[in-house]
Amino acid sequence: MQKKVIFRGVALPVALLLPQLLITGIFFFWPAGQAVWSSFLREDAFGLSREFVGFENFVDVLTDPNYLTVVWNTAVFSVSVAVLAMAVALFLAVQADKAIRAATAFKTLLIWPYAVAPAVAAVLWLFLFHPQIGIFGRMLNNAGIMWDYKINGGQAMTLVIIAAAWKQVSYNFIFFLAGLQSIPKNVLEAAAIDGARPFRRFWTIIFPLISPTTFFLLVVNLVYAFFDTFGTIHALTQGGPGLSTTTLIYKVYVDGVQNLNFGSSAAQSVILMVLVMAMTAIQFRFIERKVHY
Amino acid sequence: MLRRTFAAGALALGLAAPAAAQQQPVEIQFWHGLTQPLGGMLEQIAADFNASQNQVRVVASFRGSYPETMVAAIAAFRAGQAPHIVQMFEVGTGTMMAAGRAVKPLHELLAETGVQIPFDDYLPAVRGYYSLRDGRMMSMPFNSSTAVAFYNRDAFTRAGLNPDEFPQTWQGLEQAARRLKAAGIECPMTMAWPTWTQIEQFSAIHNIPLATQGNGFGGLNAELRINNPLMIRHLQNLVDWQREGLFRYGGRDGQGDALFPNGTCAIIFGSSGLRARVQREAQFQWGVAMLPYYEGVQGAPINGIIGGASFWAMNRGPNATRSAAENRGVAEFFAWLARPEVVRKWHVETGFLPVRQSVFRALEGEGFYRQNPGADIPITQLLRGGGQMTENSMGIRLGGFVEIRTIIQEEMERAFQGQQNAEAALNNAVTRGNVVLRNFERQNRQ
Amino acid sequence: MADAATLAAASRRRQTRGRVLAYAALVLGVLVFAFPIWMTLVGSTHDVGSLGRGDVPLWFGPHGAENYASAWTTGGAGTRNTFTVPASAMLFNSALMAVLIAVGKIAISLLSAYAVVFFAFPGRMIAFWLIFITLMLPVEVRIIPTFEVMVNMNLTNSMAGLTIPLMASATATLLFRQFFLTIPDEYVEAAKMDGAGPLRFFRDVALPLSVTNIAALFVILFIYGWNQYLWPLLMVNDRTLETIVVGLTKMIGTGDSQNEWNTIMATAMMALLPPVLVVVLMQRWFIKGLTETEK
Repeated sequence: MQKKVIFRGVALPVALLLPQLLITGIFFFWPAGQAVWSSFLREDAFGLSREFVGFENFVDVLTDPNYLTVVWNTAVFSVSVAVLAMAVALFLAVQADKAIRAATAFKTLLIWPYAVAPAVAAVLWLFLFHPQIGIFGRMLNNAGIMWDYKINGGQAMTLVIIAAAWKQVSYNFIFFLAGLQSIPKNVLEAAAIDGARPFRRFWTIIFPLISPTTFFLLVVNLVYAFFDTFGTIHALTQGGPGLSTTTLIYKVYVDGVQNLNFGSSAAQSVILMVLVMAMTAIQFRFIERKVHY
Repeated sequence: MLRRTFAAGALALGLAAPAAAQQQPVEIQFWHGLTQPLGGMLEQIAADFNASQNQVRVVASFRGSYPETMVAAIAAFRAGQAPHIVQMFEVGTGTMMAAGRAVKPLHELLAETGVQIPFDDYLPAVRGYYSLRDGRMMSMPFNSSTAVAFYNRDAFTRAGLNPDEFPQTWQGLEQAARRLKAAGIECPMTMAWPTWTQIEQFSAIHNIPLATQGNGFGGLNAELRINNPLMIRHLQNLVDWQREGLFRYGGRDGQGDALFPNGTCAIIFGSSGLRARVQREAQFQWGVAMLPYYEGVQGAPINGIIGGASFWAMNRGPNATRSAAENRGVAEFFAWLARPEVVRKWHVETGFLPVRQSVFRALEGEGFYRQNPGADIPITQLLRGGGQMTENSMGIRLGGFVEIRTIIQEEMERAFQGQQNAEAALNNAVTRGNVVLRNFERQNRQ
Repeated sequence: MADAATLAAASRRRQTRGRVLAYAALVLGVLVFAFPIWMTLVGSTHDVGSLGRGDVPLWFGPHGAENYASAWTTGGAGTRNTFTVPASAMLFNSALMAVLIAVGKIAISLLSAYAVVFFAFPGRMIAFWLIFITLMLPVEVRIIPTFEVMVNMNLTNSMAGLTIPLMASATATLLFRQFFLTIPDEYVEAAKMDGAGPLRFFRDVALPLSVTNIAALFVILFIYGWNQYLWPLLMVNDRTLETIVVGLTKMIGTGDSQNEWNTIMATAMMALLPPVLVVVLMQRWFIKGLTETEK
């Protein structure tokens, strides 16, 4: 797209673009290029010796059974977060859509968790589920269920999923509510006169109408679970116990920052970049389709 | 490009400096990883050194936890801006030793500057950990600790056990734990620093190798050996005891520390440095004892190994070295740290080891350990077995050991969760750990 | 007829019942969502002893003022032996970082969107795509090499290092581009006829028209900046630059039960209040910003 009426000149627009391009060049493309380059190298921590190893880092990463464990963790974590956050949000949005008069008030009461940082959300849930000081942690232990997310991998995963999903519900709620409110009222009335029971009515008529929103949110939630939950995991479990809450992003951090394994960490970064590109592409394909509607 | 520009800038500054050098003291950047109050005490030592002369000024700054400090120093080195001195925890020793021209070996530094430090007087376990096989020192030992057992004397009394006789063997300890459990104590035993106290110290005390090549002192081609029968037996016991409720896994690194002073667990195997906190927080009578051993193991027990950190002199960057004046300043600061009054003050105020034997003897003579029962246990334990270290009890010199520790902890955790038995856990740890060792060997073949 | 009447009545009854259930569900949802905050708020008004012992209070205690005061002035350093930073300093750092990032991102994106939309110059589309592609490079996946760039440029441990690299923004540029495209060509023609140059048109027309968009973006970006975690965690080890989100998790350390939980809870409240207030008070712009940046 292009405006018909425009200003002339080259120096000025270039100058206007310069800050953005400089930052992008220095802090995005240069490091991304470095990541690709380092993924073919093997280096000692101090940068005193380096060796070109071709695709060896990639082979090592992809054949490491622990990497596959981490891929599995990431899948379990992301899908659970997305499903949980979307299901709760959809349920609440459907209710808010019914209670029209108070919908705005409820919106205010439900959107604020969006503003809470993932790491802070993790801390809030830690206060509830800490085995010694948390109300639920103590309740579970008193009920004879050994609750300690520092030792039990399943419990650790459950806790990070809840903390990550809690914060994301607000976001989904806003979009679902907007989606529901944009459904023409006469469609709903027609369905009501047909005498379809509310539950059936929802699945056969309403849900298909908001499916573009649902699909969009699914991608957004998966991206959130992939990339924005580092703080949640770092604050709660640090990837443990064992590897049970280590996700792909967390492993890049551990291998690069703690273990100083630059080659392996870079190879993992490159794998993730490919993944993000795929997700972004899907997202834009979808948006294009929505535009065509 | 960028790197070169900055190097050039730094060079220009360096060229401008000599004119002013006569009046200005040499500034020595010193990065440490000690939180308060220890960090403050350390900075005070640097301040005292600065006040004692006007040639050298040591600028001490806190750079986060040990691993964070390590990462920051390495990143700074790569950019040609490394600090003169960095405090490195003991697990980083192998990495630093193999770091080639990134570090300035202590023996070289002292030889070049002519500064003398009486290392003969240092505890052998401390000296051994930071020296080459031929005895030449690589880094400056400072805050050293070792692992001991702390126990709740009140709980022992309640369980009908003699609080003056902490069991010396694991067999005895198992019985004691059963009695404690029977007396209603929810958590008889726990541990902090799981790999350090239960794998590294355990191997040293029982005189079995943790890795080949004398735990890595002999070369970078060492391989882990922790899947030996005794180690498997011990880890399996811990797992079984955990299931029986005699033992509780307290989490990675220092997480388990909290379980003792708050009275939850009756016994903890942890760092001797925990003493200060126990003293401050425990609401019960407590005691300190040496780590237990398995009865019937040939030659056990001998001395344990140390933990803590040492100070490394670093070069500025991959292509930059230090001036003679800078080296001299670093060496003089190290000599200050070796002064008996500095060693003594640090030991008495913090609970870390008195690294010099003469300081220990002097305090002993003054009755310090009678007034502070148990404060001498760490030293006694380091001298156990006659003070003759074997290659299994000198220390550990493995590259990438930070990562290996994490791997061992992960595999132990999976055993404690019942996902695998002790043998599988240790076998997995060996396989994964050896991959790290091989990668390290390959990266550091210079 | 009668049938229709009963049907309508039944439907109305069902609707009423549905409404009641809907309200109940929503109230329950709100309570569940607020519960973690409630427990934290309540916990922050008790003394450390009662929390450490594991008495879980459900109602306020008498120590609120002193807990918040101690968190604010010392970060609880008076009684606990780890290195702590006063919450006031951390809040200042977070606020400064969030505002700088939000303002920087908006300014930079406004300028580049303006250049791309209102000028035709060679390389225009390349520039646009270069900016656009950065969507695919979240900071998390290129964190290690970016860290090295920062070290080489001597930007670690500085507010500039914390903020400048985060100021590039593809989403904001896209949003402003989208918006500028809707400005009618007649405005530009009129301006040109008046002899106004591109800069004056920007100042007098484009910028004033963008005010709502700027406000909406500001809310989103302020939260984005305030909630940064991995970046400051790596970039800063000088504690005087600590942000409150990172500082809070450092106070917890390894989840040790000897933590001063009351001070930590007070700090947690202070860490989440500013962005929550921004969202609640600027709700209209927030929702606009959210739905438009994601479109």
